[in-house]
Amino acid sequence: MSAIAISSPGRNRNARATTESAWIRRSLISIALAFLTLFLFVPLISVFYEALKKGLDVYVAAATEPEAVSAIKLTLTAAAIAVPLNVIFGLAAAWAIAKFEFRGKSVLTTLIDLPFSVSPVVAGLIYVLMFGLQGWLGPWLAENDIKIIFAVPGIVLATIFVTVPFIARELIPLMQAQGTEEEEAAVILGASGWQTFFRVTLPNVKWGVLYGTILCNARAMGEFGAVSVVSGHIRGSTNTLPLHVEILYNEYNFAAAFAVASLLALLALVTLGLKMLVETRAKQQEENVGEH
Amino acid sequence: MNKFKQHSVLPGFNLALGFTLLYLSLIVLIPLSATFIRASALSWPEFWSIVTTPRVLASYRLTFGASFAAALVNAVFGLLVAWVLVRYRFPGKKLVDALVDLPFALPTAVAGIALTALYAGNGWIGQFFEPLGIKIAFTPIGIFVALTFIGLPFVVRTVQPVLEDIEAELEEAAATLGATRFQTFSRVIFPTVMPALMTGFALAFARAIGEYGSVIFIAGNMPMVSEITPLLIITKLEQYDYAGATALAVVMLVISFIMLLVINLLQWWTRHRSALA
Repeated sequence: MSAIAISSPGRNRNARATTESAWIRRSLISIALAFLTLFLFVPLISVFYEALKKGLDVYVAAATEPEAVSAIKLTLTAAAIAVPLNVIFGLAAAWAIAKFEFRGKSVLTTLIDLPFSVSPVVAGLIYVLMFGLQGWLGPWLAENDIKIIFAVPGIVLATIFVTVPFIARELIPLMQAQGTEEEEAAVILGASGWQTFFRVTLPNVKWGVLYGTILCNARAMGEFGAVSVVSGHIRGSTNTLPLHVEILYNEYNFAAAFAVASLLALLALVTLGLKMLVETRAKQQEENVGEH
Repeated sequence: MNKFKQHSVLPGFNLALGFTLLYLSLIVLIPLSATFIRASALSWPEFWSIVTTPRVLASYRLTFGASFAAALVNAVFGLLVAWVLVRYRFPGKKLVDALVDLPFALPTAVAGIALTALYAGNGWIGQFFEPLGIKIAFTPIGIFVALTFIGLPFVVRTVQPVLEDIEAELEEAAATLGATRFQTFSRVIFPTVMPALMTGFALAFARAIGEYGSVIFIAGNMPMVSEITPLLIITKLEQYDYAGATALAVVMLVISFIMLLVINLLQWWTRHRSALA
């Protein structure tokens, strides 16, 4: 009966037997927050602190020097190719898996998740073994003067590999939950396949697509291991932002390394903000659908 | 029902599945199988001697040991964080909830240099351990710290939805029947979240084994002491030892496949459990 004696304002009477005493609650919250502070918040703050420690001039100089600018450009290019391709892949895979019943479906779903469980270093290595000079297609590529490894195409390929599952795994459960009735109605009423897709399916999953795109983009711009293996670290030409951070850091140019790193940390914060916004919107849409 | 596909009025199956398989083959399946075929050029004794040299064995011990320890810490604190976020109210809760995903969004290289700066002997956190004779950065403890950071969201995000779905009636029934709060937790709530907790643990562990970016800055990378297996692959590649790099990659890939299988089984168990509840 001791649980009932504890007053917990703001909760209804029935909930009292199913919650903890105030001091347990407070200590659990404190321990959880202390853990998160130590492992999450302090590292995040330290990036910005270290970046601005030497003053704003050093910061701006590090972020606008030609090599940093070319790294920013390459990072944006790789993401601009990888993300749209993975959006198209995600939509196609989700359409096939969520709207139809066929054999081997669960195997296919597992295969789509595969890149998430492969080490980024191995992801880079497999392309070196395919396209590198020692690789399968290496001699042929060299003859035809096509460079993939230690060049931009390799970086794009590695980026695509590590981000393949993001949109598909977001859309498959969403489209499965929505079922096929709406699409079937559209088709029976005479809509073509593409009309059904663009007017019925896509509006229903737009928040899912956006959510997956945001996460996919963050990973595409931040990928380090896979890109590091295929890039060859040629300054001003095959360096992405994360690789540029590494080079600066290894040269003991810490202020500049953290300045460039803080740009990536800002990207992470924007990503989390957008993600929260999309989650809220998606929930609203769900509730609106529920009301109708 | 012996057909490959059940009938449906919806169009586009062939196009969608065809594109999916083509894309997946070109990007993932062909390069991955090429690696296995390449490794098969080695004879079995050659392969075995490459993947069991003392330096390689030391890297497995380190990679698995640090990953296991980090996943364990994440299981304990991840459950606590998920519990606090689902059950209690406190100021700034929404912000904290959003920031839990930071390790997913923050590039690993950024996490790596930030943690190294913090845990070095003169860093904000490292300076408190230095007088005690404990070095964190550039030792295996540093690797454990980086892997804990990387794996943090996995347990929280797998346990959170399960905790949210636990029906109040179950706990009320336990309380009515005279269970103490601790008994209710250990006999009713904990068994319900157990499959999700193990899934989160396995996800964090799998991610940690392959992790590279956040670790190399803080590790020190001393052979036999603080050199992880992914780094060893890169070292071999830089020495143009393609056969060695491929053999180690195959070992890592086989481990990845086993982890993927385990995670799939655990997820099936989680769904099975919640379907029964």
